[in-house]
Amino acid sequence: MQKSIDNRAWFLVAPVFMLVAFNAILPLMTVVNYSFQDTFSNNQFFWNGAQWYVELLDPRSELGERFYGSLGRSLAFSAIILAIEVPLGMMVALAMPKRGAALAVCLMMMALPLLLPWNVVGIIWQLFARDNIGLFGWTVNAIGIPFNYTNSAISSWVVIVLMDVWHWTSLIALLCFAGLRAIPDAYYQAAKIDGASRMLVFLRIELPKLQRVLTIGILLRFMDSFMIYTEPFIVTGGGPGNYTTMLSINLVKIALGQFDLGKAGAMSIVYTLITLSVCWVFYTIITMREEKEGAA
Amino acid sequence: MTRRVTLFLYLLFLMLPLYWLVNLSFKGNMEIMTTMTLLPQQPTLKNYAYIFNSPEWLGGLLFSLGYVALNTIISLSVALPAAYAFSRYRFLGDKHLFFWLLSNRMAPAAVFALPYFNIYSAVGLFDSIWAVALAHCIFNVPLAVWILEGFMSGVPREIDETAFLDGYSLPSFFVRVFVPLIASGIGVAAFFCFMFSWVELLLARTLTNNRAISAIMTQAISATGIDWGLLAAAGVLTSIPGALVIWFVRNHIARGFALGRV
Amino acid sequence: MAQIQLENLAHSYLVNPTKPWQWALKPMNMTWRQGGAYALLGPSGCGKTTLLNVISGLVTPSHGRILFDGRDVSRIPTEARNIAQVFQFPVVYDTMTVADNLAFPLQNRGVSKDIVAARVSQVGHMLGLEPIMNRRARGLTADLKQKVSLGRGLVRSDVGAILFDEPLTVIDPHLKWQLRAQIRRVHAETDVTMIYVTHDQTEALTFADSVVVMYQGEVVQIGTPQELFDRPAHTFVGYFIGSPGMNVLPARIEGDRAHIGSHVLQLTKGIAATPPDAKVEIGIRPEYLRVERSGPGLPVRVRRVDDIGRIKIVHCELDGLPIAAVAGEDAEIPADHVVLVPEPSQIHVYCNSHRVE
Repeated sequence: MQKSIDNRAWFLVAPVFMLVAFNAILPLMTVVNYSFQDTFSNNQFFWNGAQWYVELLDPRSELGERFYGSLGRSLAFSAIILAIEVPLGMMVALAMPKRGAALAVCLMMMALPLLLPWNVVGIIWQLFARDNIGLFGWTVNAIGIPFNYTNSAISSWVVIVLMDVWHWTSLIALLCFAGLRAIPDAYYQAAKIDGASRMLVFLRIELPKLQRVLTIGILLRFMDSFMIYTEPFIVTGGGPGNYTTMLSINLVKIALGQFDLGKAGAMSIVYTLITLSVCWVFYTIITMREEKEGAA
Repeated sequence: MTRRVTLFLYLLFLMLPLYWLVNLSFKGNMEIMTTMTLLPQQPTLKNYAYIFNSPEWLGGLLFSLGYVALNTIISLSVALPAAYAFSRYRFLGDKHLFFWLLSNRMAPAAVFALPYFNIYSAVGLFDSIWAVALAHCIFNVPLAVWILEGFMSGVPREIDETAFLDGYSLPSFFVRVFVPLIASGIGVAAFFCFMFSWVELLLARTLTNNRAISAIMTQAISATGIDWGLLAAAGVLTSIPGALVIWFVRNHIARGFALGRV
Repeated sequence: MAQIQLENLAHSYLVNPTKPWQWALKPMNMTWRQGGAYALLGPSGCGKTTLLNVISGLVTPSHGRILFDGRDVSRIPTEARNIAQVFQFPVVYDTMTVADNLAFPLQNRGVSKDIVAARVSQVGHMLGLEPIMNRRARGLTADLKQKVSLGRGLVRSDVGAILFDEPLTVIDPHLKWQLRAQIRRVHAETDVTMIYVTHDQTEALTFADSVVVMYQGEVVQIGTPQELFDRPAHTFVGYFIGSPGMNVLPARIEGDRAHIGSHVLQLTKGIAATPPDAKVEIGIRPEYLRVERSGPGLPVRVRRVDDIGRIKIVHCELDGLPIAAVAGEDAEIPADHVVLVPEPSQIHVYCNSHRVE
């Protein structure tokens, strides 16, 4: 569409800009402020230079250790859930009915986990996975595998991974499903005539056509899982110990739990920089690919 | 054949924890702690009764619905003109502004918990629906702008120009001509705003004195420990808005996918 | 090689069709000669794509049989028939190169590498694809993609027939003729039966030796382009072929005279009596109506004259019915009334839309 150049459009954008600026820039400025200062309570601030950052990024300090620990856990968590959710979501999308009442029922059931408040998701899995009152927890123990997420690191990770898979796989599945529906029938007919096996149809036709939705899905899932807070917090509270303390949980503990403003500030800035860079990388990939396809 | 099995197993996996939630909601806490049964031996409505009779819980539900609705209205109102600007005009810094907006959608909520706590306390909005509604705008406004811009770009500019030639002013053109054309886009944006605001917990809890229903639910602790039955019933009740929404848009979801558009 | 026979072939999407409109394909018997170039011509919804899909095996006919070289293939799946199909939208495997695209059908059938390489380079040469053999298929223009699709059909030495489903739809107009000429050249070089579905009469008439005209699920005429023009077997053929189409007027036949309202036309021979409730019409092409100022013939009122260069089309009105005639580019047409004189041998009589001899 031909857009006209008109700087008066800023008036239309002004409300959004002010609202988001108030919610984004102002807090960030506050946080930057905190990160460079120290306080002994009662709002008396002293300039601390880059001390907090040094301490944060030093793996030998207590702060640094916690930071790198939670960073590592967040990255591991994101990697694990992506490795499960993407293939599983695709398999489900390939298995879904194509139209009719069966499709409607399927869509309704798959959409439900996506629309639950995140604390309810946490509660559901608390109730489901506890070894004394939960169907899952109790059954696993009954068949002989020791399972108690309140005192076992492995159990707690199993629970939070299963919970995230339960919660979000439908998103990937629905995105892939929409992508598959967009493939014209002629491709499948041509593949039949060419004698292609089911696997080749998947590799040579479906997978390439799903590239775009998969990139979006992976971006969304990576970002949301990297920044996850509520669900693991409700189920394990970050425990046992700090085995499931993700980056967000760690930050909130320091900021609102201990009110360590300086440390929280520094961690917030570094955290934001990490997410911004990842976001920028994905954004560049998507726009580069669209340019390549547009030029083709 | 393996397809049907995969799908069946997956749907079973989705439904099991939900079924367990409903199951526990109809059991008394005593029964939950002492037995493990697939159906309540002594089914009871007392968990639900407690919630409906407790002004605190009901208040919490209303409070949550309140800020969600407020947020949806605010987000849509500011997003509509902005999306129109992005769709129809090029202006200084427009691409950077768009990227900045989208990046806020990806911002970690945890980073904002503490500063919001301070800021909203400072302006005296702490513990009100306004605080949560405004705070959620940081995610929902960029999302709404993104969705609406997409739908608006599907409406040809000729329509605007014709309306202006016919003598419409920008506001009246917008309300009387344009909005009906993008009604489904507004619906989609409203849906997502509602959804993200309803499910978000961290900011809702930080900015209120446990008035949001999600926060109240963490108070389901009695003298004997956590009241699981009560918690389950609360979980079921707060899931209902989501289930209702799905029920009402079920035809649109299926049709939208059948049309093959992402 | 494939001689394709349709034996009482018909298709309906309903289990027990009773009304004519419930048939997607009405019962037909037809033989497609091996190595022939056929066009399936008709408007949208006439059943030509359904018929094509029955031949290729993407649709199993509900009634009747289809035979390849005498072998009943009605229930045999597509990949086991020796046919290839080029679709309306270019279908290529985006992630593979052109060479890999061409090799794909052979690799799936377990053909040895040497033979694959030989066939690929042979077909690449035939279609002029050599410069782009190692290019990714994704970035190609639509006409090149269609060539690659055609190539995938040609690599297989067992292919007896290639079916084209309106393949030029998305091609740029100035490239259409090039691609059409290429297809004709390929047909001349190989001995493959080609069946070309289209709704464009120019494409059909220039491509095919034999045109199959379809209308509402029925094959209404098979013939060379000249036969379709000179002796249309169905009013639809007369109307669809030729520009402008044939004039069709309701009439009453008595022996060797046709009565159109109060006007009488002399026919070249007598027509047998028609059933009393049948729809009787006569058809005559505008090219065979001479425009005269006065004299014997059909008196008509001139409504409009279209000067399209080499000829003029004179649109007239006979008792309220539209009728057109063709005049030379230098002819002077009076503005109000003229007389149209028909060539008697070119007046066709139609009973219920079918030609009566």
